Amino acid sequence: MTGLLEQVFNGLQLGFVYALIALGYTMVYGIIRLINFAHGDIFMVGAFVGVLGYTAWGLPFPVAVAVSMIVCAVAGVTIERLAYRPLRYAPRIAALISAIGVSIFLEYFCSLKFVFGPNYRVVTRPFEVTTFTVGGANVTNIQVVVAVVVLALLAGLQYMLYRTRIGKAMRAVSQDHDAARLMGINVDSVISATFGIGSALAAAGGVLYAVAYPQIWPFLGIMPGLKAFTAAVLGGIGSVPGAVLGAIIMGQVDVLSAAYISSQFRDAIGFSILIIVLLVRPTGLLGSRQREKV
Amino acid sequence: MKRIAVLALVLLLAATMVFSVVGCKKEDKNVIRIGLIAPMTGDASTFGTSTKNGFTMAIEEAGTTVAGLTIQLFFADDRNDATEAVNVATKLATQDKVHAIIGSVSSKCSIPVSEVAEANKVVQITPTSTNPKVTLDPERKTFVFRACFIDPFQGTVGAKFALDNLKAKKAAVMFDQGNDYTIGLANFFKEAFVAGGGVIVGWEAYGKDDVDFSAQLTKIAAAKPDVLYLPDYYNKVSLIGQQARQKGIKAPFLGGDGWDSSELDFATMDGGYFTNHYSAGDTRPIVVDWVAKYTAKYDATPDSLATLAYDATKLLLKAIETAGSNDTTAIRDALQGISLDVVSGRVSFDADGNPTKAAVILQIKDGKQVYVATVSP
Repeated sequence: MTGLLEQVFNGLQLGFVYALIALGYTMVYGIIRLINFAHGDIFMVGAFVGVLGYTAWGLPFPVAVAVSMIVCAVAGVTIERLAYRPLRYAPRIAALISAIGVSIFLEYFCSLKFVFGPNYRVVTRPFEVTTFTVGGANVTNIQVVVAVVVLALLAGLQYMLYRTRIGKAMRAVSQDHDAARLMGINVDSVISATFGIGSALAAAGGVLYAVAYPQIWPFLGIMPGLKAFTAAVLGGIGSVPGAVLGAIIMGQVDVLSAAYISSQFRDAIGFSILIIVLLVRPTGLLGSRQREKV
Repeated sequence: MKRIAVLALVLLLAATMVFSVVGCKKEDKNVIRIGLIAPMTGDASTFGTSTKNGFTMAIEEAGTTVAGLTIQLFFADDRNDATEAVNVATKLATQDKVHAIIGSVSSKCSIPVSEVAEANKVVQITPTSTNPKVTLDPERKTFVFRACFIDPFQGTVGAKFALDNLKAKKAAVMFDQGNDYTIGLANFFKEAFVAGGGVIVGWEAYGKDDVDFSAQLTKIAAAKPDVLYLPDYYNKVSLIGQQARQKGIKAPFLGGDGWDSSELDFATMDGGYFTNHYSAGDTRPIVVDWVAKYTAKYDATPDSLATLAYDATKLLLKAIETAGSNDTTAIRDALQGISLDVVSGRVSFDADGNPTKAAVILQIKDGKQVYVATVSP
């Protein structure tokens, strides 16, 4: 198969970015059983802030990414406080609708002229693109940067979840809110922290996405958000390694189906996976047996 | 108590909305209402700005009246989205009761708008929509016209250029599978290219919002085409072009009139060719005059979007003058029989509502559009 290795690398780039977004979906679902539909739009905000950072504000690229992550963490925490916390123990559909509302709000608010404006903007890259060959496949330095950043963030997340107290608290709250409270954990803070971290990861994903595909607009987050959500469900929503595994698989399926089946059916095949997973194994590949969800 | 307050607020809002709608104007014998539908925002926003500029210049040159009727203008933004286009067209036709519409720019918006216009007997002239289905689907929509050539011609011009000038034997094509314009143009190019003895070695599609073309481009790179045909708008084409070069595709790019924008990535697309409606460097006096007055007013060289919008509006105004009233059927008949010299050539409509126009081929070189050739039908 000519070019298979190159197609695999193409799929990895997409898969890594989806992983960052999928982690946000899965962590939030794990902790409050809510599918945060606004997550794709936090990704979009992260992309805009990061691009503004290294262009208009003249920050060096890593600093711009950090600033974008902080801004989106704050945004995520604010959204949680305003839109989700009042509905935390209400019927789940209320929070779901609230999430959809936040998503639409973010998209259209960012389309306003005094915010980001509704037009597509071409993004200048912070570094020149170079290509080199690895084993006969074309690889760009962008793919390398994406891989390195994502793997570093994943390692950081893994460390935080399993080696720190806040990570332990997150795992406890995702098992049972009341029991965690009895153990002296401030459930509200932990949930806010989860949103913050998830949003920060999405922001990093957004900046990397903008560098890889240099066009941003307020509705940028819809498609990647949907694909990442599918990835999170595929891997087992609520499971962190599941989100990453699901994202890598989704990236590969996306690219390989476009390359070897038909580029016209690419999205159809990708989303069919969502349907098949929900029918055949709703808890996903690495998910644990849970009660039914929305 | 709280519930009553909320209920009262909702009723008040509803009442305000009802009263604002009720205050609509009635039919007036001395007014001609013209609507403009263009993508002012979205992924083709430069097209919208240019179209509005051309339209406005033509209206200003006419003054405030035409054939004794006061001109009333209505502007609508279709965001280059077919659903939005239908919404604004329906509003213009049924609520604002326009007599004529200039618009839209892209075929995927003009086709649904033409259905609305035909149903409401509103005269529509699209300045730049090149897909045949705008006026013909499958029957002629008698109220719909266009000011430009159609894609069967454009695709053939592109294919002949690839075969004869670029000496290409193998071509690869990438198109947006949800956009009638790109699908049509890609198909017409393919037909003509194959008929001329060429081989299509890559035929790849992508979605409207796709930004990652690595899968398709890796396949195309392996097939080593002599030319890569990209019949989409400047936004998408710039993205695809960048990724194509990253994948090692060295073939020249070829495209259609969707490339005509100052926001095209001139650096990436350098060396590429595209078929267009007019060239700003044309030496005919009417073109020189047009370029001068547009540059004076808007501080930019007019692209074909602005030129065709200006031409379409001029055609409409002439038809209204000939008809002498705001009766849309009379205007339609006047338009069908018109023959007028406009900036982009001499326009008269055939039975399908299409004019016979020549195409120009332009090359992107050193950050500018450079004239290469004119091809007459």
